Amino acid sequence: MYEGVVQDLIDELGRLPGVGPKSAQRIAFYILASDPIDVERLAHALREVKDKVQFCIVCGNVAEEDHCRICRDPKRDLTILCVVEESKDVVAIEKTREFRGRYHVLGGAISPIEGIGPDALRIRELIARLADGAITEVILATDPNLEGEATATYLARLITPLGIAVSRLASGLPVGGDLEYADEVTLGRAFEGRRLV
Amino acid sequence: MPLYRDEAIVLRTQKLGEADRIVTLLSRGRGRIRCVARGVRKTTSRIGARLEPFSHVDVQLYEGKSLDTVSQVEALASYGAVLAGDYRRWTSGTAMLETAERLTPEEREPAVQQYALLVSGLRSLTANEHDGGLILDSYLLRSLAVAGWSPSFDGCARCSAPGPHRAFSVQSGGMVCAACRPPGAGAPAPETVVLLGALLSGDWPVADSSDQRHRREASGLVAAFLQWHLERGLRSLPLVDRTISVDHVWMGA
Repeated sequence: MYEGVVQDLIDELGRLPGVGPKSAQRIAFYILASDPIDVERLAHALREVKDKVQFCIVCGNVAEEDHCRICRDPKRDLTILCVVEESKDVVAIEKTREFRGRYHVLGGAISPIEGIGPDALRIRELIARLADGAITEVILATDPNLEGEATATYLARLITPLGIAVSRLASGLPVGGDLEYADEVTLGRAFEGRRLV
Repeated sequence: MPLYRDEAIVLRTQKLGEADRIVTLLSRGRGRIRCVARGVRKTTSRIGARLEPFSHVDVQLYEGKSLDTVSQVEALASYGAVLAGDYRRWTSGTAMLETAERLTPEEREPAVQQYALLVSGLRSLTANEHDGGLILDSYLLRSLAVAGWSPSFDGCARCSAPGPHRAFSVQSGGMVCAACRPPGAGAPAPETVVLLGALLSGDWPVADSSDQRHRREASGLVAAFLQWHLERGLRSLPLVDRTISVDHVWMGA
């Protein structure tokens, strides 16, 4: 145990996800040895992110104003909506430069075992967005794990009766890998989602 | 480090660090095991897809100080892929996994009967043999019975007087006679009691022919019975979708 503020800093750092006691101690001593200007910049960034960042009132993505950068962009295709679990998924899809529509961030996936039901997610807001008839296709881009698949199934059951096309991101083989190393579940999905060439 | 191999059902996964997961298994030989699966959240992982909840696996682990570590996994059956495509059955299955975890409180204590019951329950749920809600309620009653809390739906749960009886008391352990009836005991419909007995004994022709009103009443009693014995309710049980499945609506004889 260290004394006073050093231990306080280690304790606070240790509460961050993926940071254990040893890592927290190492980061704390790195901060202690750093230039005061660098530390001030870090502290300023932490304060700013809490003060300025909010959630977009339309899509639920992180934003510094009422509307996020994507919802403000008039060049985006208003007829296609991509539904994701978290804001970081928006960043991952934006990196592909393949999608020009808008997003809807659910805030997680349905997980009954964790007590997270449909009411705990932004599903009601999603259905409200679809009500005006402007959106013609919804792409379900929830994680390719069991909870993501079940959430997609639940959403498809709600959205399909509205007459809107619902699609799901394809699952399959990672680019750059060898076929022999693929597991049977992924390979099976790749066969299901095969395409004509 | 000692290696061991076992058959297991994946009950739950939790994120750990950057790309790892803590996986809770119900194994045939060693009961409930918590172990670390390294790198399974990366898209390049060869074993990540096999360690999703509902997966029936043949797994090799090596013992660690606190948690064991997964070294190899072979899939025996993947019930999750089918269940995730049917929201009703998926929520029922999730409640079964949580029940199995809660009814095996001690890690590494063999629970062969609970394991066999869960495997057969998931197999039946995946095959869509009966209504998902009925399979869930039957599983809950039988898993409680295996844990030592078998409810009585025929003789009096207190004095063993032969039934049928009219009153149901969760605290007393099932149906009770007029003399033993405690204050606040319920009076379910006789058809509901017959349904509960059928679910406990696995009399599926009787269970399948029950109507929705009695299924709903039976589900409520099963949930109350489960909560009484587990002391706190299951998180997943209130989220089970019990809307009517067209496949299993009783159309009459």
